[in-house]
Amino acid sequence: MAEKVGVYICHCGSNIAGMVDVVEVARWAGENLENVAVAREYKFMCSSLGQELIEEDIKKEGLTRVVVGACSPHLHEKTFRKACANAGLNPYLMQMASLREQISWVSTDKDKATEKAKALISGAVRRVIEQEELFASEVPVNPNTLVVGGGVTGIQAALELADAGYPVYLVEREPSIGGHMAQFDKTFPTLDCSACILTPKMSDVGQHENITLLSYAEVESVSGYVGNFHARIKKRARSVKEADCTGCGVCIEKCPKKVIDDVFEAGLGYRKAVYRPFPQAVPKYPVIDRENCTYYLKGTCKACEKFCPTNAIDFEQQDTYLDLDVGNIILATGFDMFDATRLPQYGYGRLANVFSNLEFERMCNAAGPTDGKVVLRDGVTTPQSIALVHCVGSRDKKHNPYCSAVCCMAALKFGHLAIEKTGGQVYSFYIDMRTPHKNYEEFYDRLLSEGMQFVRGRVAEVTDAARLPGEEGKLIVQSEDTLAGRQRRTPVDMVVLMGALEPRHDARETALKFGISCSMNGWFTERHPKLDPVATMTDGVFIAGVCQGPKDIPDSVAQGAAAAARVMAMITKGTVLIEPVVATIHEENCSGCRICNNLCPYNAITFLDDKGVSFINAALCKGCGTCVAACPAQAISGAHFSNEQIFSELEGLLYDAISGNGGGRKFEPAGVPA
Amino acid sequence: MKYSYFPGCSLEKNAASYHESTMAIAGPLGLDFVEVEDWNCCGATEYHALNQTAAYALIARNLAQATKNEGLDTLVAPCSACYLNLRKCDKYMATEPALAGRVSQALAEAGLSYTGGTLHVRHLLDVIHNDIGLETLHAKASHPLKGLRVAPYYGCMIVRPGFHNGDDDPEYPMTLDRLLTALGAEVVDYPMKAHCCGGHMTQISEATGFEMIRRLVKGADDYDADLIVTICPMCQLNLDGFQGAMNRHFGTSYHIPVLYFTQLIGLALGLPPKQLGIGSEIVSARDALAKIGAEVEPAEGAPPRRKRDDKALPMPGRRGEG
Amino acid sequence: MHEPSRRDGFQGEVIAATPGGEALLTCIQCGTCGGSCPSGSDMDHTPRQLFAMINAGLKDDVLSSNTPWYCVSCYYCTVRCPKEIPITELMYALKRMAVKEGAFDDSKAPDFSKTFIHWVEDYGRSFELGLMGTHMIRHNPFGAFKIADMGFGMVTKGRMAFAPTRIKGMDGLKRILAKAKQLEAQA
Repeated sequence: MAEKVGVYICHCGSNIAGMVDVVEVARWAGENLENVAVAREYKFMCSSLGQELIEEDIKKEGLTRVVVGACSPHLHEKTFRKACANAGLNPYLMQMASLREQISWVSTDKDKATEKAKALISGAVRRVIEQEELFASEVPVNPNTLVVGGGVTGIQAALELADAGYPVYLVEREPSIGGHMAQFDKTFPTLDCSACILTPKMSDVGQHENITLLSYAEVESVSGYVGNFHARIKKRARSVKEADCTGCGVCIEKCPKKVIDDVFEAGLGYRKAVYRPFPQAVPKYPVIDRENCTYYLKGTCKACEKFCPTNAIDFEQQDTYLDLDVGNIILATGFDMFDATRLPQYGYGRLANVFSNLEFERMCNAAGPTDGKVVLRDGVTTPQSIALVHCVGSRDKKHNPYCSAVCCMAALKFGHLAIEKTGGQVYSFYIDMRTPHKNYEEFYDRLLSEGMQFVRGRVAEVTDAARLPGEEGKLIVQSEDTLAGRQRRTPVDMVVLMGALEPRHDARETALKFGISCSMNGWFTERHPKLDPVATMTDGVFIAGVCQGPKDIPDSVAQGAAAAARVMAMITKGTVLIEPVVATIHEENCSGCRICNNLCPYNAITFLDDKGVSFINAALCKGCGTCVAACPAQAISGAHFSNEQIFSELEGLLYDAISGNGGGRKFEPAGVPA
Repeated sequence: MKYSYFPGCSLEKNAASYHESTMAIAGPLGLDFVEVEDWNCCGATEYHALNQTAAYALIARNLAQATKNEGLDTLVAPCSACYLNLRKCDKYMATEPALAGRVSQALAEAGLSYTGGTLHVRHLLDVIHNDIGLETLHAKASHPLKGLRVAPYYGCMIVRPGFHNGDDDPEYPMTLDRLLTALGAEVVDYPMKAHCCGGHMTQISEATGFEMIRRLVKGADDYDADLIVTICPMCQLNLDGFQGAMNRHFGTSYHIPVLYFTQLIGLALGLPPKQLGIGSEIVSARDALAKIGAEVEPAEGAPPRRKRDDKALPMPGRRGEG
Repeated sequence: MHEPSRRDGFQGEVIAATPGGEALLTCIQCGTCGGSCPSGSDMDHTPRQLFAMINAGLKDDVLSSNTPWYCVSCYYCTVRCPKEIPITELMYALKRMAVKEGAFDDSKAPDFSKTFIHWVEDYGRSFELGLMGTHMIRHNPFGAFKIADMGFGMVTKGRMAFAPTRIKGMDGLKRILAKAKQLEAQA
């Protein structure tokens, strides 16, 4: 029985209709193409009325195939498939022709565009006739979730899931959760104490019956697919037996070895070789830094072991490995700070009283290396004047072209703290003041009232070379005050550089490990920047927080919760549909050559020793077609992309080069270059 | 090691000591310089202000002439302005087709041609630092410059806009610092080391030109340098030749001699000062150089132990320090 | 690649005359150039201001400004500009445009360049004594006294040439430069 194809050409407003004569294409398709029972054009096919058109026709006209000429399948393939399914037609008997992205948006000649549209529709009609019914398979979703990264974002995501009753594994690289937020003093714009608002959540995580906290641990490898991931976690040896440790801290007190803490204290303070990153650390168990511990270096000391009342020190402890089965993964791995030595003109690392933003945070923090006092590098003198330099490493083609989103607000916060703690003069040197969110602009106004001075000019250099009287012994910030229209040399005691937020140094490796992509900058790529910022193109792997792009704490928390909600949706549904557009190996034709095994970018093909043939895991397969093309015995077929389907589409595209079916389009070979 | 050599107008007379000292150290260091045949002035910054095609055609004639030195694909310039001009011209001949086309047409009038990328244009400092190497220099320095506090002065055009072969930093270069350290001198952390001497500014606006010179001399003086070491004849002329006029303009009394790095290399190699053109500087270097050879206690002992109640905060780690 | 579209008028002329000049369209007026310029405090307008004026099409004000002439080609602005705008090259282009239109207010700097090049175009080498002599007589007659001791020092130390040197290929160079100027006028 002949197929009955319904052809629908979308105007997409003027997006397609402005370049392609959609009425003509619909008319032409109806009159000239074989098997076309119905051919319509409509303003917006994706609207409910547009979809109803399709559904009505399927029911009334008995359509067996549907072709929609519209935008990209990326956007609406799902929509039109659903419309077919609603009317009782298998959704894989629908084919879209991308008249918008592939024609109207890239053409300048209306006649040529219309001709091309006819060719695409012709191709789609021929192809769809060869298409077959396909049925999605369901796989169960493991209710466990793996959250990678224990900063505020990961904490939020873990708590949301755990509170809903679902088990969560929270993996954190550092000895304690808390992330960068634990390092801050106050948070803008409320000036809440950062630790005070974070530590209750940290405690919840530590005590939650549904959260398994794996700290001082990293994810080694991940395999599997949505709903069914296997992760191997490496738990690094703390050298402390967690079962016996009470967290009393005597080992830390008695340890004679001091080292510079360049992680939590940002290099501004010291810690011992056995340490907790900060007093409110969760979990409370200390860690022995084997690279600096005297016992590991020389075999002596062992003071911690001697003094531990519960005999919890174990120098022989080894790394352990855990294998976890989870259904979904949330990456909340955060960011690294820009290394300001990359901008030598600001003197960081050379001029003593130039500090980074993290160093200044630690300085302001009451539990920090200076007990919360703002002092110069000598540890004693209170500065009378402080300059805050914006955009250090941000908005700079030579380093990071993007804006780091939080530094303007952080600079205002620092200004407030500096004024409060020193009573001195505070300057901000900025290009733009970016204060977009709730109560942010008001915070700017507050600082203006507090007497903070704002100079609109990106700092050219910070130097100690005095030029004029009054500059001796000071740090001079040289800029152009662009609003006043003249150069300014501002002598100050201290300079704080608002460094950029950068992706973690190993972000690319992490992305590879979890099977997602990174942008050029290194931030993880979301499924859609506007409409789907927490999902990735890999089903079951979600991203949240700064690892997706610079943002402040409210946005990070929101994204953590959003990712958790997405995961919860998967878990409560219980199963997930696997796309049936996959490759299948026909065992009778497979010679066992195994060429396909290593070609699969998704590691979906394995070799069955007992049968001597290869096998494709349909859940991992993404239907890319590499193996289909490579198999020398043509033993693999790709569903929805069979040879018949592809060749029919080609014949359809070349309808006027192959005789028959109207036309008039001239085939113009490209000019041969001279 | 053999190179094409472009001395530039200054080295003929005004900065003859730079040329003399370069030639004097070439032998001991194993460098062989083949002067570009019938080279012409590179135009400094002056021609760029008048006519772009003519400016680059003027420079390109030198590049074309240099290709006549068979088998030598590296062109060395001791003067930073010549270096930058030659380097930029070579680059634009490859990357700016419209300009390159006009320049090529002009060169053809004298039967010359040049394709961008044919020659590697390098500064003399780059060649000595990277091709000879610090270890060799240190080994050959039979008369190390112990006791001499030097302010290494790069000026602007060698490190910016950044065609430099080596990975020297445009804001805080270290090549010359390391070279002078290898010769045994005590190198001052001179904050003005990559700031501009002003070029011809003294002739356009005295106040501006002298101020730019003052900043550099004051910076060296503030850091107790015995002398400033330079790598460009224009810088030398500004800092040395105009130091007196600058002093008079501001009522200051700085006396900081300015020598070329090749002269210091020569001294470290044990060559006689006369052979290196020392004595031709306006601000006499005699007193400063009297310090060399004196027995001086080494400046650094073991780093001091951190005291128990020392409140000082640790400094962040510096990068690129070797 | 996103192509910026504003290429007409004075701004377009300036961009066309400068290798890499399209980047000027992305200037965010941050002021790094103005802040870095060692001679900036003596300029009529900071480099950044000049770019704002170019953007606004103020051709006469721009070409009569002393800003390009006070540029010492130190390239600090160029290496620090967050948009990688070739600022020093733009200054050269503005100098050339000002000379072409005779638009500068103070002729001291353009005259200096012209005098320098005059010797190069006749001899193939620069000639300092000729340059300083001509320049000082025209623009700074009493200046000569101020640097008399320097001049004396240069002579006694053998650093002063009293006559220009002529290169052998002078005829060829003259033809090269004549052709170059002709092509430049047509470009």
